[in-house]
Amino acid sequence: MTDPIMRLEGVCKGYRRGGEEIQIFDRLTIDIETGAFISIMGPSGSGKTTLLNLLGGLDKPDDGRIVFDGQEIQGWGESRLAKWRAANVGFIFQFYNLMPSMSAARNVELPLLLTNYSAKERRRRVATALEVVGLSDRARHRPRELSGGQQQRVGIARAIVADPRLLLADEPTGDLDRQSADEILSILSLLNRDLNKTVVMVTHDPQAASRARQELHLDKGRFTDAQVAAQ
Amino acid sequence: MGSLFRQIRAAIALNILSIPQRLWLSVATVGSIALAVGVLMAFLSLAEGFRNMLQGTGSDTVAILLRDGATVEINSGISRDQVRLVEAAPGLAVDAAGDPLLSGEVYVTVDAKKRNSGASANLSLRGVTPAALQVRDGVRVVDGRMVAPGSNELIVGRRVSDQFVGFDLGRELVLGNSVWRVVGIFAAEGVFESEVWADLDTVRNLFNRGSGVQSVRARFTGADGLAALQAYVEAEPRLNLDVQTEAEFYADQSSGTVTLISYFGWPLAICLAIGALAGAINAMNSSVESRARETATLRAIGFRGVPAFFGVMVEALFLAFLGGLLATLCGYLVFNVAGWSVSTLGEGFTQVVFDFTLTPAVALTGLVAALVIGLLGGLAPAVRAARLPILQLGAR
Repeated sequence: MTDPIMRLEGVCKGYRRGGEEIQIFDRLTIDIETGAFISIMGPSGSGKTTLLNLLGGLDKPDDGRIVFDGQEIQGWGESRLAKWRAANVGFIFQFYNLMPSMSAARNVELPLLLTNYSAKERRRRVATALEVVGLSDRARHRPRELSGGQQQRVGIARAIVADPRLLLADEPTGDLDRQSADEILSILSLLNRDLNKTVVMVTHDPQAASRARQELHLDKGRFTDAQVAAQ
Repeated sequence: MGSLFRQIRAAIALNILSIPQRLWLSVATVGSIALAVGVLMAFLSLAEGFRNMLQGTGSDTVAILLRDGATVEINSGISRDQVRLVEAAPGLAVDAAGDPLLSGEVYVTVDAKKRNSGASANLSLRGVTPAALQVRDGVRVVDGRMVAPGSNELIVGRRVSDQFVGFDLGRELVLGNSVWRVVGIFAAEGVFESEVWADLDTVRNLFNRGSGVQSVRARFTGADGLAALQAYVEAEPRLNLDVQTEAEFYADQSSGTVTLISYFGWPLAICLAIGALAGAINAMNSSVESRARETATLRAIGFRGVPAFFGVMVEALFLAFLGGLLATLCGYLVFNVAGWSVSTLGEGFTQVVFDFTLTPAVALTGLVAALVIGLLGGLAPAVRAARLPILQLGAR
């Protein structure tokens, strides 16, 4: 057992929709171990995306603690959270969320603009990230000139280029055919196994979920897996 | 700081590069801003052209004498005796024969038809003496000859010949109840090119103007000549006349009309600017809307809200600058290159013809006005972009 890179402890989160209070999480607790590859499955409305948003510092809990590497982040302001995300979290989105007017290389470079790397160092890191996802020959292509699978690989290169420890993937294969989905999952496995990235992936696809080292199931804001439920 | 600068630069590039995705809305925004700014520039060019025309008219070495209290020639009246007294004044330049360089003139309005619209308009017919050319700077007969004393002959300003029907060299036409013949075309700086000149005595006779004149122009000598002339007129009780230089006279004439043109121009331009502003806000809101996911993605990656603000602001200013530039370019081509002229009412409700003049100052005013529209139009959408929620990332 390694130390958790992230811990949610007694987290409560609810939304108000149309005058009605919807409680998503009620004292949810979970540890994300360093180097884990976790898939989270569950029906719509079970809280998968909300969990990912809390882990990524995009949303704040109503109550409870979120601890990253020993630091409580739930009380941080937006500016501090933005810096923390830039340094520690890579996001992979279902619809890739690439900038259509920029080349693949410029898209990948975006997180590096938040660092103090020189232009030369940024170019080197972009080239390495594109090489990891097998797209070195597509660096100058715009997103519309790439297939869905290739666009998602650019999205993964963007997520890893600043070398974050935590990767959060929201339905990364949800918009892809089976072959492209397999390629993406292989890259995520490689990043986890060879580069020791901690990966948390939300998915509806059981085949995709099975590629993770740990499968968790979320229902009505609670993990149904005995191991996590006991935490 | 370097990181924030790079974020801002990237956000600006994203906004500008995405303009083709909203091409027609952006073109409409540029067009509406260009229209508002173009109208403002047209009025300012009109005022500038009018000012240039009148200020180009006056001479610093010629005095104009009008009846005390008269602000324009048509309201003035000077008797023959008074003209004789002025001829004896000190400080006047003299010709080769030793006679003072002085021209008593009458000023009547006649009907004419505009070439472009066929509309009737008033023109100035000035009765002059042979000395008229000597008491004016820059007036010269460019075609034909000067009128002969006692004849029904006309010389006409070049702009009158260009813009009014029948004032061509050699043509005969009816003015008042008499037939006149055009024997010359003259060029001049300023307002005189919008006039028709004839012999003083002929005009007085045919228009029943008696023996007096309405104005006297006199060339004075050196720096002290004007002061000597003014002192003489003030000291002579029979001369209830105002004396000023021709340059001062036309500068006063221009200020009222220029102010009037500006009073019409600015409100109209502001009304159009409000329309352009609505267009700019609409375009920028659309930009923020269409790029909401991109902006949220950048925020998720770690970008701050400030770059999104600057991205939208710079896009708005960029579109506004294009609008201002378009208006300036069109204005320059139409006013300065094609040389658009316009005629309007001048002294004594007669027509004066002058060019629109797009000066660098007018162009700068227009560009600043365009940028103000861009600034105001971009502000609210930019604040909105900076505050966009990050949580809409998953939406396609």
